[in-house]
Amino acid sequence: MSKQHSDGGWGLVPIQSRAGRFSSFDVADFEPVSGFEAEWKYTPVRELAALLDGALDGARYDVAIEPGVGESRGISVDWVARTDPRIGSVGKPEERGSANAWTGFDHALAVTVSGNERAEVTLSRTSFGTSARAAHLFIEAQPGSNGVVVVNNSGHAMLSENVEISVGAGAQLTVVSVQEWDHGATHLATHFARLGKDARLRHVVVSLGGSIVRVNTNAHLAEEGSDVELFGVYFADAGEHLEQRTFVNHDAPHSKSRVSYRGALQGDNARAVWIGDVLIRPTAPGTDSYEENRNLLLTEGTRADSVPNLEIETGDIAGAGHASASGRFDDEQLFYLQSRGIPEAEARRLVVRGFLASIIQRIGVEAVQARLQDAIEEELLVSAEGAAS
Amino acid sequence: MPVLEIKDLHVSVETEQGTKPILKGVDLTIREGETHAIMGPNGSGKSTLAYTIAGHPKYHVESGTVTLDGEDLLDMTVDARARAGLFLAMQYPVEIPGVTVTNFLRTAKTAVDGHAPAIRGWIKDVKASMANLRMDSSFADRNVNEGFSGGEKKRHEILQLELLKPRFAILDETDSGLDVDALRVVADGVNRAKEATNLGVLLITHYTRILRYISPDFVHVIVDGRIAEEGGSELADRLEDEGYDRYLAAGKVN
Ligand SMILES: Nc1ncnc2c1ncn2[C@@H]1O[C@H](COP(=O)(O)OP(=O)(O)OP(=O)(O)O)[C@@H](O)[C@H]1O
Ligand SMILES: [Mg+2]
Repeated sequence: MSKQHSDGGWGLVPIQSRAGRFSSFDVADFEPVSGFEAEWKYTPVRELAALLDGALDGARYDVAIEPGVGESRGISVDWVARTDPRIGSVGKPEERGSANAWTGFDHALAVTVSGNERAEVTLSRTSFGTSARAAHLFIEAQPGSNGVVVVNNSGHAMLSENVEISVGAGAQLTVVSVQEWDHGATHLATHFARLGKDARLRHVVVSLGGSIVRVNTNAHLAEEGSDVELFGVYFADAGEHLEQRTFVNHDAPHSKSRVSYRGALQGDNARAVWIGDVLIRPTAPGTDSYEENRNLLLTEGTRADSVPNLEIETGDIAGAGHASASGRFDDEQLFYLQSRGIPEAEARRLVVRGFLASIIQRIGVEAVQARLQDAIEEELLVSAEGAAS
Repeated sequence: MPVLEIKDLHVSVETEQGTKPILKGVDLTIREGETHAIMGPNGSGKSTLAYTIAGHPKYHVESGTVTLDGEDLLDMTVDARARAGLFLAMQYPVEIPGVTVTNFLRTAKTAVDGHAPAIRGWIKDVKASMANLRMDSSFADRNVNEGFSGGEKKRHEILQLELLKPRFAILDETDSGLDVDALRVVADGVNRAKEATNLGVLLITHYTRILRYISPDFVHVIVDGRIAEEGGSELADRLEDEGYDRYLAAGKVN
């Protein structure tokens, strides 16, 4: 149905239309993954066989909820059966990893934000263990509600999951997903968000650890005046593959999107991938859209792929822009700081911290920002030691 | 008595055409409290001298020495040189995204002193220096040099000079791009630093205007990587009238 468009500035970048992709809830409807598909060509799929092809353990898992159940007014967290009517109302898998998780999960964890005073909840998932697992999370912000949902992931994991995020009319929701997995962990996640009239979603993906972490985010601006911010911060160490694909689907008048992902890479075979698809449908006049990705390559042997794709199907847009840049560490900055007495390792930390700060500062959740600063500090210390040895 | 000594300094840079010699034997001795002006045509090697003393990795010392109180500066890292008491106000200060001026100044002060400054006194000092340099207090929250105008960058360099209290400062064309009032403000800043800490100054400039405010004890003329002439402040006036033709005719132009 849809036509492919290029915004003219993209020359040879191949554009695969995001409109009308095949989708199904059943993994059997998808071909086995070869690794040559546009969807998978940057991903080390051979190391993901268990998640893409195997049967997954879809049982409930341990999750720590803070504040505890019943303590927080305005947010509730429950396990629900996969027959819960909300499930499938927002997302539908478009690739095999996502479909395998959908086929495999048993119960879903449902977070419901209902209060109109801003409330926060933090889910900590630390003990997925070593078996291949499927999970499903449903986050619902009811109309007019205001909430912050933070998901902290750490420990070991071999996990494929789907996250559905439903933002009701006039609701304001922040979702933060932090991946601080142990080395060796693999994690595939697809977040599907649907925004109602005048709804606002700030969605933040923070990936700091794990062997292969691929978190894709699809935001459907389904009704008039909806507004989404997709932020990402990542720090890839030696041997880590951190991938994130964002898809903003402008499907209603006067919708707005801002996508901003930034990452630092350090060490042998530290890899990062960002694919940023934006589709502005004929149904979305007056769209205002901007996406950017920046990478800071701290050492040799790192690689960042950064591909923005913009498809515009209406003549009436308020703005549509993109930026993508991957650069080496700037030695002039280092010299400037060192010439003020600041030792090299600390100067590097300052520059990297500064580079990521512009995203971190925009998360808007004080506790998460502070924890992140610390975590990045630690990453930098580890990297500095690694670089020195 | 503190002294910065440069002896028979030969410096080259790597270019696509191979190694290019820039400094071809520079001798210079600066004692504490002294102000030395360095003048010379574009491309003669003034910034090269400044950067080499500060330790920029682009410049290779072929031979010669640079010592501070007898200690070999060339053997030190860039940051160690600064901690030893050296300061370079750069011709083109660099932007550091995401690092605020406040954070930067405190980090630098802590590094140079070896301990964090007492918080109250420090905040007061920063405010006072900024006011003296006619820098709006909003600069404290801005990222280092990001979006600063040319003149604002230069004031920010002198702000650091005042706060870090080095023993020797090299000012590389700090006066370029300043309006008349800013020139005065910046010169006052340098003079305050001189008075407060008996700072030794190596002042690189193309204009005698700043020398009216910061009076030099010595003037050196660098031409083609060598000191072609030395004298007192009267030499600067002569250069302003006559230009560098005299030296260039004698030497070779490359
Ligand atoms: N990477 C390089 N490749 C080629 N030539 C270089 C390189 N770096 C410096 N040079 C040359 O070294 C010479 C000295 O430069 P320097 O910056 O020290 O001059 P300067 O005296 O400070 O000039 P100005 O008054 O214009 O600031 C110049 O001719 C410059 O072109
Ligand atoms: Mg110069």
